[in-house]
Parts: sequence; structure tokens; C-alpha cells
Amino acid sequence: MAAPGSLLWFARHELRLSWRDWLAMMTGGRRVRLIGFTVGGFAIYALLHLIAAAIIAPPAAKDITADKSTLVMVTGTGLLFFSVMLSQALESITRVYYARSDLDLILSSPASTRRLFAVRTGAVALSTAVLSALLASPIINVLIAFAGPHWLWAYLVLPAFAALAVALAMAMTMGLFQLVGPKRTRLIAQILAAIVGAGFVIGIQAVAILSFDSYSRFSLFSSPELIADLPDAESPLWLPARAVMGDATAAIPVIATCLAILTIAMLFFSPSYGRLAIAAASVGQTGRGRARAGKHFTRRSPAQVLRQKEWRLLQRDPWLLSQTLMQMLYLVPPALLLWVNYGEGAGAFVVIVPVLVMAAGQLAGGLAWLALSGEDAFDLVATAPIPSRDILRAKIEAVLVVVAVVLAPLLALLALNDWTMALATGLCAALSAASATAIQVWFRVPMRRAMFRRRQVASRAATISEAFASITWAGTGALLSMGSWVAGLTAIIAIGVLGIARSLSPHRS
Amino acid sequence: MSAPALAIENLDKSFDRPVVHGLNLTVASGEFYALLGPNGAGKTTILRMVAGLLAPDAGKIEIFGTDVLKDPVGAKRLLAWVSDEPMVYDRLTPLEYLDFVAGLWQVDPDHARDTANDLLALLGLAPHANELCGGFSKGMLQKVALAGALIHDPRLIILDEPLTGLDAGSARQVKDVLLEKVRQGVTIIMTTHILEVAERMAQRIGVIAGGRLIAEGTLAELRARVGRESTLEEIFLELVETGQADA
Repeated sequence: MAAPGSLLWFARHELRLSWRDWLAMMTGGRRVRLIGFTVGGFAIYALLHLIAAAIIAPPAAKDITADKSTLVMVTGTGLLFFSVMLSQALESITRVYYARSDLDLILSSPASTRRLFAVRTGAVALSTAVLSALLASPIINVLIAFAGPHWLWAYLVLPAFAALAVALAMAMTMGLFQLVGPKRTRLIAQILAAIVGAGFVIGIQAVAILSFDSYSRFSLFSSPELIADLPDAESPLWLPARAVMGDATAAIPVIATCLAILTIAMLFFSPSYGRLAIAAASVGQTGRGRARAGKHFTRRSPAQVLRQKEWRLLQRDPWLLSQTLMQMLYLVPPALLLWVNYGEGAGAFVVIVPVLVMAAGQLAGGLAWLALSGEDAFDLVATAPIPSRDILRAKIEAVLVVVAVVLAPLLALLALNDWTMALATGLCAALSAASATAIQVWFRVPMRRAMFRRRQVASRAATISEAFASITWAGTGALLSMGSWVAGLTAIIAIGVLGIARSLSPHRS
Repeated sequence: MSAPALAIENLDKSFDRPVVHGLNLTVASGEFYALLGPNGAGKTTILRMVAGLLAPDAGKIEIFGTDVLKDPVGAKRLLAWVSDEPMVYDRLTPLEYLDFVAGLWQVDPDHARDTANDLLALLGLAPHANELCGGFSKGMLQKVALAGALIHDPRLIILDEPLTGLDAGSARQVKDVLLEKVRQGVTIIMTTHILEVAERMAQRIGVIAGGRLIAEGTLAELRARVGRESTLEEIFLELVETGQADA
């Protein structure tokens, strides 16, 4: 039995809370849902293995040597994973400082805040490692099966990199506390997390587009020019790649270094934890900022009033800012492709169509959740003397206008090159946005706006159908642009997805 | 004779168990009515049905003669609902919030502007009129919500535990505003666990237990029913005990 207040005691407390939280999110209090989730999860996991096998098995079956080009490819792919790890770690570490829940209780007790910090950052490292291992495991497992058991080292190297990501995230958070203070650290860390998570992927994609006219991020890693410019295969720069590939002489120092960095970071940053957590608590989530005095009390219809309120809240929501930023970042590569290929024929644009359609769906889904479910004054709006269908219509209009404003410039640019393709993209983007919005209407459940991050676990059926609808409309858009009759088939599948979502939903209005 | 502010007939509502059962309740126009009851008695459920936020399983609700179920929009024009959790947007200022509410109820802009300024001054919110509500205390948020409820000049105001979490000064401001509204002819129905507030402010008191109205009347009438000179707290406890035993 661990002594109260000890490291082990705190770890057990955290583990119990996390387990119950996870269980509640997954099951929603129903055992059947957990069984469904487990079966579905295994099916998807198996499918990912099949996809990985189809792509990796043929080259893996040949002897993979640690030559320079392989090391570049492994390092590049590893950096992609690391950017996701760092993004997740940055967000989680910020939460260690800002999430209130039991922090007030613990900080007001005589328990050691250093131990609490150690346990919570350790938990972040563990969850980051598990998530990234889970994401990479189909690739690693296929490599183990086809290229040899030495790839098992990857399962030790990945957690080590997760530890490094957490240490880096701690340093970045501390840097932000020093630079901008506790009031702005949370917001900037969220934006940074979004940029780190998507930025690296987008960045190398952008380089690939600008330099190689290719949409694939992997074209950069296999470029002879890049490989020639990089150090030789014996360089210590490739130690992490060698470690992942199962070279024990590289893996042991890499793992040791990463763990040492995390330990040093924990020792270095833990003394200030209590002080900074208290400083973060005194800030509150939004602070008592002043708003620019505008023109109030003008004659408008209730629908105008509702739309304006939605837009004003979206504009002032830093949470949403970081989420929207992610969506916008994914639009950068298609924009670049448009710019690079402007006036040189429309062949390359087919790649853009599904990205724009997907982005429209995802953006509309997020915004619709905020407008419909994340209505903080739900009772107020519901007791207003306006028919509920008019309220719903005004909110949907507010969402779709934002999506249209974001996509319009790209569609206009596309139309200058090929108006039929722009028309197909516009049509499918509208259908994708409308589908995502409809799903949010059917699955709306009043929640606090601040719960935006949890919207995806609030209803798995809504999340999955929203994603499937966006993907099928994206496929329809691409096929329609190519003039393929199969577009009709994917459109039918998309409508089918909507039908299933509607039948599963609690609101069928 | 003018229609009562609120007339409820045979109201039923069940969730996993019956919460409101055969409730009949009438509140006269211009009356200050306090609805009391132990936790889980069904007070909030009743008021949410009156406000149109919950659909009853059976029964009839009329606000100044307007059927809530048949003409929900017409009924909503007449009432304001203030819940115990203030319904305020973190990222709007009190002035913007009032502008929004006035827009929803289609209040004449000039009248709304004057009323907003008066209400903000009356509730001590004028210095914070252009600050985002996100940093406000619970008491300040409750006052913003109350100002929102009053800006469209409702004829019936329904308040669910409006004084919970308010400091003495804020509670006093809210009580003064409510009493002034009653003097102007507005009807108020309020639930509260602070019996002293009900004793001092309400003209009539209804006691709910197990989803039924077990006693109703002025304080003197309730005293007479218990049969001795007691405080409202003693009367309430005795009525609830008897009512629950009967149920």
C-alpha cells in the first residue's frame, strides 16, 4: 500500500481517474457500447494492418539496408510522427497547468506539488507514447513480420521520443510563461500545438509542391537533390533512424538520452509548478477583457440578431481560433498547388478537389457544433419568442456563410483555370458542409462551448458519420472533376451515410 | 375578469419515475408567488414546462390566457426565464448581451437602449458594461441574466433559485429590482431554498413535494393550516413531512 502523498499514491490516484474518465467517454454508461467500440476498434486496427502490408510488405520483403536514402526516408517519416507527438504533448502539458478539476484541492493540501507534477507529466509522456505507438504499430508490425524482429526496437524508441517530446513541450510551455505570462500562455500554446501538429506536415508538403510539383510529402524525402545535400550515412544525425531500424548500438544511447532529457526537465521545471499553476488559476479561462464598443440596439430581425451573435462569438473564441487554424493550414497546400500551376492546365487540380471538399465538411461540422450544441445560453434562446425552426435556420445560415467565405477565394481561383471543376468542387463542398451541418443538427445536445474538444467523444456515431460523409463527398468531387460516372456511386454512398446517421440520431427533425 | 398570469391544470411529467403528478396551480396577475419544496420535489421541472423548455406528458399550461403548448411563441413573448445557472455568453459584454436579448424579443431599439442603461445602473453593472462577461463572478453573471430577463418588459418572470451564490449586496439589489417590478404590476414566480426570502417577499407561497402541490396560501394561511404561530421554516418542514407521509 503506497503511503498517502507519495509518488506511487499520486500515480494510483491519476490512473484511477483516467481509467474512469476513459471508460465513461467510451461507454456512456452502457456496456453494449463498449463491446461495439472494442469490436469496431479491432476491425479498424486490422484494416490498417492490411493497408500497411499492401504498401510496405513488398519493399520490406527485400533486404532493407541502412543506406543514406533509407535513413532519410525513416528520419522524415519519424519527424512526421514526432511533430504529432510534440503537438499532443504541448496541449497536454498546458492542461497540466490550467485544468482546474482537483488542482485547487491538491494545491491547498500539504502534499508535494513536485510529486504531482512528476506524475502528471509522466502520464502525459505515457499517453503520448501509447498513442503514437498505436498509430505507428501497423507499420512497425508489418516491418517486424516482413523485414525482421530487429524492428521491435521501434517499440522502445517510440516511447523514448515521446519522452523527448514531453520534455520539449515542458520547455516550450515554460518559455511561454516567461515570455507572455500565464494570461496568454494557454491560448498561444494551443495555437502552437496546432501549428506544430499540422505545420510540419503542411510545410514539407508545401516544399514538395513548390520544388517537385507533387502533392506527396514523401517525394521530398526521396528527392536525390535533398539526399545528396545531407550528411553521410555514418553521421550521428541518423542515429535516431538507425535506432528505429533496430541497430542496438544506436538505440541504447538514443533511448538513454531521451529519458535523461525528460528526467532533467522534470527536475528542473517541477519546483515552479505550484507557483505557475496558482498563477494560471488566477487568470481564469477568458479574463475580464474589454470589447470594442460597437453600435448597439439597432433594428434587426431575430435571425440577423442570432447570426451576428454567432459570428461575434466565433470571432472572439480563442479555442476555436486554434481549431480553425488547423482547418486553414490544410488549405495551404491546395492553395499553393493552385498558385504554382496557375494557367498550366487543370490536370493537377484534381488533387485539390477532395481536399477542399473535406475541409468544407470538417469546418462546417466544427462550426455547427459550436452554434447548435455549444449554445451557452440555450435556455435563453429556447425561451425567446421565435419558432424553433427559425432559430435553427439562422444558426445554420451563420455556419454556412463562414464556410462559404473561407472557401470562396480558392474556388474563384480554381474557376479562373477551369470553371467546370470549380463548379463540381463548389457543389460537393456545399454538399459536404450541408451534410456535416445536418449531422450536427440531428445529434445536437446542449453542452458548454468550452467542451468543444470533447465534441468528438460526445457522440461517436456523429463523428464517424461526419467523417464518412466528408470523405465520400470528397471522392464524389474528385470523380466528378475527372468526368467519371463512378461519382454517382460515391454520391449514393454519401446519401446512404446520411440516412444511417439520421436513423441513429436522437433528433430527426 | 382578466386571465390569471399562470394557470396549470392536471400537469403530469415523468422521466424514469413520475416527477410532476396532477398538478393544478393558479397565480394571479401582479402577484409575487414563491414555490418551495425539498430537493427533487419537481419545482424546476414545473417551471421549465411553463417556460416551454420541457414538454409535459399531460395537462394544460396557460400564461395570461395563452396556451403554452398551442401558441408557444405567443406565450414566450409574455415571459422571462432566469435559471439558477446564469445563461450568459462569456465572450459578450453585458451591453452586447442585452442588445442580443432585445433583438430576440424585437424590443424597439431606442426603448431597449434606455432600459439597458437603466438596468445596468440599477444592478451596479454600469462600470462593467463593456467588459466581457467571461471574467465575472457568479453574482455579476446572475445580475446580467436578470437584466436580460427584464429588458423586454415581460409580464411574467420565472426565477429558479435566483439568489443562490449572491453576496448580501447583490442579493439586496436583485430583491429590490424584483419588488419594484411587482409594484409595476409584473407577476413573479420564484423558487428558493432561502425561506426567509420567500417569507419576506412573496404574497403567496406554494409548497411542492413529490411533484404535487401539498399546500398553498399566504403565510398567515399556512400558519393557520399548521395550527400554531411558527416561522416559515417550521411550517415548511412540517408540511413537507406530512405531505411526504401522505404520498
